[in-house]
Amino acid sequence: MARAGTRPRNRMVYVALTLGLVVMILPFVWMVLSSVKPDAEVTAVPPTWWPQEITLDNYRVLFTKLDFPRYFMNSVLVAAAVTAGNVVFGSMLGYALAKLEFPGKRVLFGLVLTTLMIPGVVTFVPLFVLTTNIGLTDTLPGMFLPFLAGPFGVFLMRQFISGLPDELIQAARVDGAGELRIFRSVVLPMCGPAVATLGILTFLTSWNNFLWPLVVAQDEEKYTLPVALALYSVGQNATKYGLLLAGAVVVVIPVIAIFLVLQRHIMQGIAMTGIK
Amino acid sequence: MAVSTVSRPTAPVGTPPRHVDPTRRQQAVAAWVLALPFLVLFLVFTAGPVLASLGMSFTDIRSTDMRTPFAVGFVGVENYARLLADPLFQKVMLNTFLYLVLGVPLTMALALAAAVGLNRITFLRGLFRVGYYLPVVTSIVAVSVVWKFLLRDEGGLLNAVLALVGINGPAWLDSTTLALPSLVVMSSWRNLGSLMIIFLAGLQTIPTEVNEATEVDGASAWQRFRHVTLPMLRPTLLFGAVITSIGYLQFFEEAFVMTKGGPLDSTRSVTFFTYDQFGFGNYGLAAAASYLLFLAVVVFTFVQFRFLGERKER
Repeated sequence: MARAGTRPRNRMVYVALTLGLVVMILPFVWMVLSSVKPDAEVTAVPPTWWPQEITLDNYRVLFTKLDFPRYFMNSVLVAAAVTAGNVVFGSMLGYALAKLEFPGKRVLFGLVLTTLMIPGVVTFVPLFVLTTNIGLTDTLPGMFLPFLAGPFGVFLMRQFISGLPDELIQAARVDGAGELRIFRSVVLPMCGPAVATLGILTFLTSWNNFLWPLVVAQDEEKYTLPVALALYSVGQNATKYGLLLAGAVVVVIPVIAIFLVLQRHIMQGIAMTGIK
Repeated sequence: MAVSTVSRPTAPVGTPPRHVDPTRRQQAVAAWVLALPFLVLFLVFTAGPVLASLGMSFTDIRSTDMRTPFAVGFVGVENYARLLADPLFQKVMLNTFLYLVLGVPLTMALALAAAVGLNRITFLRGLFRVGYYLPVVTSIVAVSVVWKFLLRDEGGLLNAVLALVGINGPAWLDSTTLALPSLVVMSSWRNLGSLMIIFLAGLQTIPTEVNEATEVDGASAWQRFRHVTLPMLRPTLLFGAVITSIGYLQFFEEAFVMTKGGPLDSTRSVTFFTYDQFGFGNYGLAAAASYLLFLAVVVFTFVQFRFLGERKER
């Protein structure tokens, strides 16, 4: 076919894609480079690209003068709890919706799908009234409880478990295993890939979550990383660019690392939830 | 993305037998036991608040009523009437509309361009895919901090690059006309990766024979894209448009960090307004504002279900 004509055209595609890639990555590179510049250099006009002098002062301030180790821990704990909850409750209901016949199944699944579309802004005011009245404002449970069982986890696990062979479940039933036992000993052990995907996606979503933690964490000690960074960036530290960029590095680099190591699971998850 | 496989029945749904079968009853009991934790959490933290929010939007509840949320006055649609007559709310509705009509086409065009490019290559495709997707996994707050720095008038990276070609870049985020478009560009940069993955998957379902056949017929690359690729990709594009719209309708974090809603409220969105009213203690008004936004989201969700229903018929 048009082999000869394909090559130069492909070269143009590579040039365009590479330019795009530079635009996608450059802000992150500049973030890291600027975070190790001394104050005077960060605000220099015109800006420098490579740091003339490398300093870790910004990180030292974040981790010793400011409370970033605590915010980091808060973010980790909330994300870990949310991840565990979504994996456990998501696979439970996901299995029921995928493999069991019961009255109310369609309604329940419809409910899960509807919930996928509810914006967080609709629920946060009554949720705040609720958490205040049950004494959960400014607590870590107050931050993770509302996100413990999300529709996305149910949906993803249902999609995955639907694809598992019915024969194994039937065989276990013939052997006299109870339904809950089948879930625990037959189905769950086969869910590894889906659990990995759901776990990673939920962790990332929780790590980046902003509106609810901003509302429920009134006390500085309970800030998560995005809340702390956002409030610093609009508060009295608004012009301390080096410090803020170092804060952005602390928020962003862990998830970029997780993503680069586990990206296959994430891409798979997007495929699993139904594109294709 | 989500939901498309729903239409595919997974287990044969036989006609339910009239007599009570013991294994069926066991299954039903087990199913509800498995559903219970989710249901309880769902009722308390989602369904309850969704209804409570609707209820609150018809009352004069304020932060001072926090401990007695049921002893507040019913005011009918007064909150809604107040909102619609409020010039600030009209402004944030307009801004949210602008985020939608600027952000959705831009994000989709960039994502489609990237997807078409990736679909043409095999060598290094994985690297490009990861690179373009990277911003999607990062915190909006963090990338907003980075972009605020990058878009600075003096000493910002963008204006420094523009200066190289002799352009004197403006103060992007201090201008009432440029701030909102600047936030849209930054959002498109962050969000295009997930749409790109969806579009790429859609492109890969178009058989190569179709393109080869039109190539033999002498159609140019643009003609093939316009008359073969785009129509075949239509369901995927429509779906992408809907989920992107729902995202832009809830625009908030970028404006919170980069412009604080300014200058002169030119970047304040409906979600931002709702958060502000909550901060002022006007819970009833905040709930009403959030419900108007919810209404907009429901309209787009309806469009999505219409579209999914369409696919089901095939």
